[in-house]
Amino acid sequence: MKILIMGCGRVGAKLAELLDKAGHKVTMLDTDEYSFRRLPGDFGGTALVGSGTDQEALKKAGIGDVDVFLTLTQGDNRNIMAAQIARHIFNVKRVICRIYDPRRKELFGELGIETISPTTIFAHMLKEKITGTGQG
Amino acid sequence: MYIIVIGGGKVGFSLTKALLDEGHEVVVLEKDQARTDFISGELGSVAIRGDGCELNTLSEVGTGRADMFVAVTGDDEDNLVSCQIAKHRFNVPVTVARINDPNNETIFKLLGIDVPINSTMEILEHIEQRVPTHPLTHLLTLKEEGVEIVEVRIPPTASAVGKAIKDIALPEGTTIGLIIGKKHKPYLPTPNSVLEADDQVIAATPPEREAALRTALRGK
Repeated sequence: MKILIMGCGRVGAKLAELLDKAGHKVTMLDTDEYSFRRLPGDFGGTALVGSGTDQEALKKAGIGDVDVFLTLTQGDNRNIMAAQIARHIFNVKRVICRIYDPRRKELFGELGIETISPTTIFAHMLKEKITGTGQG
Repeated sequence: MYIIVIGGGKVGFSLTKALLDEGHEVVVLEKDQARTDFISGELGSVAIRGDGCELNTLSEVGTGRADMFVAVTGDDEDNLVSCQIAKHRFNVPVTVARINDPNNETIFKLLGIDVPINSTMEILEHIEQRVPTHPLTHLLTLKEEGVEIVEVRIPPTASAVGKAIKDIALPEGTTIGLIIGKKHKPYLPTPNSVLEADDQVIAATPPEREAALRTALRGK
């Protein structure tokens, strides 16, 4: 699969490494070139400097023919805006958006974006660890 | 009207002040404490420290009963997301967003922001009006109606010079409203009016026909 990831933080870089090793074609997009130091030395994908809310940068990163686009920057709103650009302007087949704020996650999920809130997932995981029960 | 302003920067501050002067009920949300204190000191207790994208904060300031929601921070993503929350969670009837990067206008419109204000483009339009040699000047944009009011100056080399308006192939949906010439007073043209060199033509046209209008009036 062709996968474009916006945000080369710890999660983005780790995911890129895993997908690259599994044989996928990965492109990383980050506004800070220094963030690419997190990618492994043998990373076989592409790393581009640019903003995921900038349509020109997305075009250069090949958004037109990616199978999956993930938004993994630290900013919820930046992730939401980039995800909506990918979905509504570039018609990307699958867009996954990280949103820390659980209530914003819920709303934009209703508006048709595939959203993940690490806050909720992690809280449930910890609860399960402590009490032995997850949800509820 | 009850109006909520997001962002207490220079734009947000001046806007809040103007709206208060007009007698509206206004609350401005600002992330920075010092800036919030400054606004409250100047305008009274209208500024609240808070994030305009947090649903709890928006509930607390009564976004549900707001008539208008205006996001004017310097970050397009914050303006977009806060307006979407206001619209979809609190059913605010009118959302207004400042666009800092002109390229973002499309996505703001696609996502249903009622009044996207493209500040860079608005400044550009004002500059265009002051540049006399500009071939086509935007005088007014009627967004709802899909009409641009433009001014086109007829160069002496144009094939339209000496022709009657009825003989010029104007693009569909275009109407010439006024002609201002060097040698004559402004007049309302008839199909038989003949264009002269250096005439200024005021026309109404759909935005997508602008280029065709320019060719029809200025082409050789």
